[in-house]
Order: sequence, then structure tokens, then C-alpha cells
Amino acid sequence: MKAIRNYVDKIKPNFEKGGKLESFNSFFDAIETFLFVPNKVSKNGVHVHDPIDLKRTMIIVIVALIPSILFGAWNVGYQNALAYGLDRTLLENFWVGMIKLLPIIIVSYGVGLGIEIIMAQKRGHEVNEGFFVSGMLIPLIVPINIPLWMLALAVAFAVVFGKEVFGGTGYNIMNVALVARAFLFFAYPGQMSGDSVWVLNLKDQPMVDGFSGATPLALLNQTGTMPSASLADMFFGFIPGSVGETSVLAILIGAAILIFTGVGSWKIMLSTVLGALGMGYIFNLFGINAYMGINPVYHLVMGGLMFGAVFMATDPVTATSTEKGKWIYGAMIGILVVLIRVVNPAYPEGTMLAILLMNVWAPLIDYYVVESNVKKRLKRIAVK
Amino acid sequence: MHEMLNIFVKSIFIDNMVFAFFLGMCSYLAVSKTVKTSLGLGIAVVFVQIITVPVNYLLLEYLLKPGALSWLGASFVDVDLSFLSFMIYIAVIAAMVQLVEMIVEKFSPSLYNSLGIFLPLIAVNCAILGGSLFMEQREYQNIGQVLSWGLGSGVGWALAIVSLAAIREKLKYNQIPAPLKGIGITFIITGLMSIAFMSFLGIKL
Repeated sequence: MKAIRNYVDKIKPNFEKGGKLESFNSFFDAIETFLFVPNKVSKNGVHVHDPIDLKRTMIIVIVALIPSILFGAWNVGYQNALAYGLDRTLLENFWVGMIKLLPIIIVSYGVGLGIEIIMAQKRGHEVNEGFFVSGMLIPLIVPINIPLWMLALAVAFAVVFGKEVFGGTGYNIMNVALVARAFLFFAYPGQMSGDSVWVLNLKDQPMVDGFSGATPLALLNQTGTMPSASLADMFFGFIPGSVGETSVLAILIGAAILIFTGVGSWKIMLSTVLGALGMGYIFNLFGINAYMGINPVYHLVMGGLMFGAVFMATDPVTATSTEKGKWIYGAMIGILVVLIRVVNPAYPEGTMLAILLMNVWAPLIDYYVVESNVKKRLKRIAVK
Repeated sequence: MHEMLNIFVKSIFIDNMVFAFFLGMCSYLAVSKTVKTSLGLGIAVVFVQIITVPVNYLLLEYLLKPGALSWLGASFVDVDLSFLSFMIYIAVIAAMVQLVEMIVEKFSPSLYNSLGIFLPLIAVNCAILGGSLFMEQREYQNIGQVLSWGLGSGVGWALAIVSLAAIREKLKYNQIPAPLKGIGITFIITGLMSIAFMSFLGIKL
């Protein structure tokens, strides 16, 4: 540790103003503050410096994502083995998945952070670490068979038009990872939906007869029949799907970390779940077709609802910032997810679009929560 | 009743004037700086829509359509005045906007001042004329359906402008790159918003 510190101090002058590597200053600064807690000291007045800066916060989210990543990597291999009738051990399954997942993560980080660094250098501010989480979320919500150039394109679109044009990290109005996914979804629908994209393909090998790579949601959407997987299977995540979304258990571990450290808002998570359950129950009452009649609990374990609720809806930048607004925001996401799944035949899954839509309305919710608060207080004064 | 509700929901979310057809963009982009004024303009548009669309429907049914004048007598059955429809629609809209302008000036001078030129410009707002033309093209069956279309399309437009205004108020302190400040970033936001609104695309009611 000491050696690194010394080395960093030794090369630091090169990157400061007037040094020969001045144009890489923001990149150097990003690495330095990543490795060491910044020790800035204020000179005038009373200030509180908290070492928990944006980088540390982001790292906590990454830590919370680790269970999902590990399980997701194993599940990629497991589904692949099921599809081709292969006999593999747990560790082999994990390696098959990891080898496929790693290039996706590297491309996602490489493209995203590359653009961030160029932008930071051009506009003369520090590299913001907002992309740490987005860059890890994107590989977890795209199909495992995604071509890497497509992913790079989507990441570039999301970082430039979803974030940088608004002024960089902390200013975006929509979740960057979801913008990337929405871009892929509407630009390349063939690679983003259907039965064959969710299970890792092996070239020139036939799949086992009778194996369907369809996710439970796709089955319900197309045929209206319940998937053969049991509730427990869906809860633990032994089903096809994107890498991060399948295992509700792994997501709940992540949620516990986020809530315990106070990084994610439990209000949003809870109200999203309640909203989805409530809407599922209302559909049960109507019960016109088989899809409307399913147990609301299934909505929670199928598809990306839990992943979205825990890791994307809680994004502090794009969510509502008032406390009352958080309940409304979360509940609306839950309601919209179930609504889009059941009512809209065009999309089997609604989590992505529901969260994006509520990102659009979050400032409006905040505005009216604040306004009603102002009115309430004015009334209180008038009474006295 | 069922049909009316369907048209209402559809015209707000699925066939949204702004996000599905990109109509009424000029005032949508120009007046959306604060929530308060944009809500005022939104209500004005709803008001104009809810009156002009049914009035134009009645004019279409009893004056303009081929054979619409048959109530005057047998000799009028062949008369076709539909070439006049654009002019009549615009005349009705202009008269209504004049009325709205007078009402707003009387009851809310501050809103009147903040809306400025964009209040009379509702008369040439394409969302308003579009409302009447869609009414003609989609061949709604009765006055109830037309009324719910008029109300729904106006509410959809108002919803769009108010949500944009809330976002723009939030963006006030952003470090947006200088060339994109103002109208440029608003176009980008509108594009992103219509991606989000695609969640309703494809719902069949």
C-alpha cells in the first residue's frame, strides 16, 4: 500500500498543470481517488468532509451486485448445459458463463469509461464515477448472446445522450443502463427478444429436443400458459433470462446490503413490490384470461421486476427525491410493470419501460409533493 | 360508455399528441420552462379541444359531409361541402381561442402575461387542428366518442407539456454543454420521453 502511495506521489507532478502529461490529468485523478480516500482539508469556516464520496457509494452498489453476477454466470452455464444435454460440474458451468460474461463487462466498461474520460478531459472536470454502476448493470440486463459491437453502440448512445448531454453524472433524467437497454430493444429487437436469445448458443450443435429457451414471461405472453418451472425454481433463479435478473434470492441479498448501508431507498423497493402485488391482485379480480388470473406472487419472481426495483428504481439521481414522492414513484412502477406485462401484447416484460416512464414523471411528482407541502404549511400559518 | 373510456385512455397514452404524432411542438417547446405556466397552457388547450372538436363534429355531420344537408330537403342530398372543412375548422378554433384569451385575461392576468404570444397562437397549434382532423379521419360514431377524444387528446398534450416542464425546472442547475442549452436539450429530452412512452404502444383496447 505504502509503495503504491509513494509511486502515485512520485508521478503526480507529471499530471499537474504544466506537467508533460497534463492532458491525462482527469484520468490520473480518477485512479488516485479510486485507490486512496481523498484527504482534502478545508481551511476556512466550518466544513464537514466525509470520506464516503461518490466512488465509495458506487462500490457498495457493485458489492451488492456480486451475488447476482456470480449466480448469473453459473446460470448461463447451467442453462447452456440443459439446452445441449451436457454433463458439467458446478464449477465448469460457472466458468462457461464467466468466460462469456467477462467480454461483455469489459466492453461495457471500456466504451463507457472511455467516453467519460474524453468528456471529462474536454470539459475540464473530474472523471465522474457514475458509470461504475451503470457499466456493471448493462451486462446483467442484456441477453447473453448479444454481439459485442451492438453492446458498444448502445453503451455509447446511453452515455452520450442519456448522461453527458445533460452535464454528466448526477444530472441525467433517465437511468443510463436502461437507456442502453431501451436503445437495443427498439433498434435491434431480433437480438433482444424471442426464445433463442436468453440461453447461451453453441455454434454447430443441435439443442436437445423439447428444450425451450423461452422465459416464463415470454411463454405467458405468447401462449397464455404457465411455465413448467416451479415457484421455487423461479425464486432461486434456475430459469432462462438475462444474467442478473433470474435469481430473486441473489437480488434480495443485494437489497439487504443496499438497505443496511443506506445506499438504496427501502421505501422505493417496498412500494414497488406492493404496487406490483396490488395490481396483480386487481387483475385477479377481473380474471378475463389466464394471464390475469395468475397468483400475484409470480409477478415478483418472473422477469426483471425485482432486479429493476432493487438496483434501478432506487437510482438516487433519476428517482424522486422527496420522501412522500418515493412511495408514489415506487408504487407506480410496480403497477405499470404488471400493467404492461398483462395488457400490452407487444412486450412480454415491462420493467424497463415502466422505470423509464416513471423517470420521466419523477420530477413532476417531486414538484407536486413540494407544492402540497408549501400549501399545508401556509395553511398552518394562516390558522394561527 | 365502454367505448368512450377506451378512446379516452387511448388518446392520452397510446395516441399521445406529442409523443406519438409530434403535433403541437412549437408551444410545447417554447412554453415548457415552468410547471405553472405550462399547466395553464395545458388547461387552455384542453378547454379549446373539448369545445372545438365536438362543434366541428356537428358541423361536419350536418353541414359539410357529402349528403349532410339532406335535413334541408330532398334537393340538397347531392350537395358536398367538404372542401370547406379546413376553413370552417380553423374559423371555429380561432373563435374559441379568442374566447379563451378573453377569459384568461379577465381571471388570471399573471398567467395571461406569462403565456404572452403563445396564448393566441393556440389558434394555429397543430395539435388543435389535428384533433379535429383525426376526428374526421377516424370516423367516430357519436358525439360521446368525439367528446372523449377531444378531452383525451387535450389532457394527453397537457400531461406531456407539464412533465417536460417539471424536467426542465430540474435541469435548471445542470452543466449542459453550451451549444445544447435551451431548445437543443429539450429536443433530446422529448426524444427520450417518447421512448418511455412507447411502453403503451401496442396495447389494444
